[in-house]
Amino acid sequence: MSLMSTLARLEAVRSGRAQALATVRHRHVSARPLVFVPLTTAGEAGAPLGALVGTERDAPRLLVVPQPRDRDLRFAFLAELADVVLPYIDSFADTVEPAERTETDPESGKRVKVEVELCADAPQLVVPSRAGVDFVRLLGRSMRFRRTAEQDPEAPHPAPPRVPLLGRWLTHFGERARVPGSSLLLALTEVLSRHWATGQSNLEDQHLGALLAWMAPPDGTSGAEAALRAELARGADGQLLHPPAGPATDPAFDNKLLAPAIERYDRARIRLAAAEDGLEADDRLGELTAAEREIRALVESRTRPTWDTVWHGLDVLRALPEGAHVADRWTRDRWSFTGHRDRVLAGEPPQPRLDDAVTAANKLATREREQARLDAQEALDDPLLMAGRRLAGEAFAGEVVEVVRAYSESKRPSPRPLVTVRTDDRPHLGERAKVYRSLGGKPQTAEFVGLAEEEGTAEVLVTLRVLDRMGRGREPEEGSVPEKGDRLCFTLFEHEQRGGAKLPDPEDTPWTHGGPPGESAATTAQRPDTVTEEDIL
Amino acid sequence: MTTAHDTADAGAHLVGPAPGFDHGFDPGFDPGAEAARATDAILRDTLHGTHRGVVVDSPPGAGKSTLVVRAALELAAAGRPLMVIAQTNAQVDDLVVRLAEKNPDAAVGRLHSSDADPYDKALDELPGVRKSAKAADLAGLDIVLSTAAKWAHVKNVEPWRHAIVDEAYQMRSDALLAVAGLFERALFVGDPGQLDPFAIVGAEQWAGLSYDPSASAVSTLLAHNPELPQHRLPVSWRLPASAAPLVSDAFYPYTPFRSGTGPGDRRLAFGVPSDGSGPDAVIDEAARAGWGLLELPPRHTPRTDPEAVRALALVVRRLLDREGASVSERAAEPVPLTADRIAVGTAHRDQAAAVRAALAELGVADVTVDTANRLQGREFDVTVVLHPLSGRPDATAFHLETGRLCVLTSRHRHACIVVCRAGVPALLDAHPSTEPVQLGVTVKFPDGWDAMMTTWDHLATHRVPYAPPSRD
Repeated sequence: MSLMSTLARLEAVRSGRAQALATVRHRHVSARPLVFVPLTTAGEAGAPLGALVGTERDAPRLLVVPQPRDRDLRFAFLAELADVVLPYIDSFADTVEPAERTETDPESGKRVKVEVELCADAPQLVVPSRAGVDFVRLLGRSMRFRRTAEQDPEAPHPAPPRVPLLGRWLTHFGERARVPGSSLLLALTEVLSRHWATGQSNLEDQHLGALLAWMAPPDGTSGAEAALRAELARGADGQLLHPPAGPATDPAFDNKLLAPAIERYDRARIRLAAAEDGLEADDRLGELTAAEREIRALVESRTRPTWDTVWHGLDVLRALPEGAHVADRWTRDRWSFTGHRDRVLAGEPPQPRLDDAVTAANKLATREREQARLDAQEALDDPLLMAGRRLAGEAFAGEVVEVVRAYSESKRPSPRPLVTVRTDDRPHLGERAKVYRSLGGKPQTAEFVGLAEEEGTAEVLVTLRVLDRMGRGREPEEGSVPEKGDRLCFTLFEHEQRGGAKLPDPEDTPWTHGGPPGESAATTAQRPDTVTEEDIL
Repeated sequence: MTTAHDTADAGAHLVGPAPGFDHGFDPGFDPGAEAARATDAILRDTLHGTHRGVVVDSPPGAGKSTLVVRAALELAAAGRPLMVIAQTNAQVDDLVVRLAEKNPDAAVGRLHSSDADPYDKALDELPGVRKSAKAADLAGLDIVLSTAAKWAHVKNVEPWRHAIVDEAYQMRSDALLAVAGLFERALFVGDPGQLDPFAIVGAEQWAGLSYDPSASAVSTLLAHNPELPQHRLPVSWRLPASAAPLVSDAFYPYTPFRSGTGPGDRRLAFGVPSDGSGPDAVIDEAARAGWGLLELPPRHTPRTDPEAVRALALVVRRLLDREGASVSERAAEPVPLTADRIAVGTAHRDQAAAVRAALAELGVADVTVDTANRLQGREFDVTVVLHPLSGRPDATAFHLETGRLCVLTSRHRHACIVVCRAGVPALLDAHPSTEPVQLGVTVKFPDGWDAMMTTWDHLATHRVPYAPPSRD
């Protein structure tokens, strides 16, 4: 945790209210997000209990699995979910704009520009918390390898059509969410705690209700009191006043309300199956419907408060102005969305269970690059975050007090002006360290030359040699060199990230990494555990 | 292994016999012969073996670079051109200089980046070394060296028959993936006890996969090729007899090594007597025993604890002022302890920056001050270390990382002085290791918590309490 966020947390404790960590919004918030508030069944990993889902805050679609252990009912839930999510995703797939991408020409081996489609906008899924993101991943994994009756008529439990497709999309959203700065799938608690510091721990911030309580405690109460109430307060019936954002449910709810309701539902189903004539069946169908309606009401009562809180949280976020680089990062999300759309259209198989060596290395490289890019862009977009970097010695701001013309020592001398900046920051400048400032949105590089104490003040004079972006001539271009009196901010970190070296294709995976993925790799790298005595007790 | 926590406090006395100092030193052990035997076996496997790879584990200062240079020259002499992959430009330049020293006639190529100042200017003085940013310009040379990052950009060339990968335990698996297509077989050399490579984003997704891209190159290599011969260099030439047993015990419990020198072979003495202050007392203790712990009163502090930083700077100042001289097997006469033979090690970069500022305030220049990551592979006569847990309220995985402490406590030829706030054993007791268990991941021994305890138990016997004077 940086010193600035520690300070913000301390201030939050003292003032009883969440403190701003940012002055602009650093994540894209769609004009038409799809909010998804899922609940899962206790003790059954990956067995959904129900969900509220939709794009209209006043009209969520309630999906419920009245008996979560019943595969058919679970499939029915997933099919319904696909009916909501896939049309939403498809609505972004057809509006495209022309774009260019550099590709390696297979014949000449050269890098050439190709005209491609880029979706003009992309879908955005919003879940309440990090656990929700994990649940999206889990659903994706549980669905994408299912076979429909059309794909495999022999399969014993065919999945409803479109369920595998939903699995592939949810997997894509879940993987994209691991890329720093991406916004295709947002966990609201993560985004909110990026922008505000509360007086509680990071773990406690995962409770959406408690987090929002810190941000706007009711009059006369502190954030800590309001958060505690949001977490723990129970009504006369012993139930939480603010149900957790899920997907896990409160045990008191499971034991006192849900379990008896499911039991009634099970009994009604058995009685219906045992009905001896039409009249009796009609009656018992009525009982079953009533039992199901009861479970639906229970699920809605636990998801609706979270649903409303999520939309409220989105309002809070939208009130912040968007950071300058957010659109740039959203464009990357659009590329990611377009890419997966194309893979689905091209009939490619679902994402494999495990990444192969090359895919894993490529993903890690991309994420590290995006993390560095995100750190730089957020600081450049937001003076408060830049202040944190300045405090950490990774940037400095000050006034230009002197500019001296100087030139490089070569046959065709180029301008290398010396610029002296007075600052009260304490940058960690090493010998000939490179520093960068933003000049018309592009980074201009300078080299650290020397540092002098300013007598009798806490300030220092940093002398830099400007190295680039001054044009090709002997004289620097107009406006490309800082002038005396300019207030500038230099960073020790780079503003843009270089791409890494290209990795081999998966079919050229070297011997050090098990060779090309295929049967040999599958046997050496993913050998199943040997059966032990304990396995067959 | 001895990790009785209570001994940490029970053993608190200023002077006394140093446990672990010279016990177990076997006069019949001939370090030179042992090391030569190991080196011969390694070279035999490298030059004449049938396996595609050979792995060499080397403890700190065991002659890893010497081995790399020798193997490279022998391969070249046998008419087998090779590529050498190191991790940083400084490491590459260092190897180039050593190769040229050893054999000025060898045809050596230094492949470098196209940035400004891509290599050490000292290379321009070496006539036998050709330098280029393009691999094609260096084709046909006996030995071509570069960083893994630069090699990764080399495409469409005939693969080398041989490669040497230096600091292979600090190389990430994905970096090896990018370059492994360039060679047919390779010698992997590295120190398993130093800092593991890291990723700046989470990589839990791949934990347990044999080719986890964030794991070390060696763990991926051995997971896929478990039959490869593994060798170990048995002797540390850097660490003195006072340090090798502790470092071996604490960080290499299952692969012990010895010091190349005996208990009396290295001595450190000071011309100016102690002024009785804490810094002087700890310097004397370290000169006598090889270790010294300057313990400040317990306190929770920010990372750049001003008192601890100032204490570090004072120790360095006094080391220089007291006209130290070291005696070692390298020279017949005592060698003056100068600024370039002293280093300060910290866990964080801001701590290093704070120490540099404090040293400048005391008029000290030319002392290396850096983080553990950047001190890897370097060697000094005396090191002064800010303990990673000093002043902390918690012990995170970062601060407990085995390799971090190992690097910090294994850079010295004579003595190591650790500066720390009191209360480390209590902190360790309050923070047991709680890293999540990842299925399929090989558990590394020892864990950082254990190594911290072992080193602390030893350091505590060389403790000098010190209450810094108030600066107001």
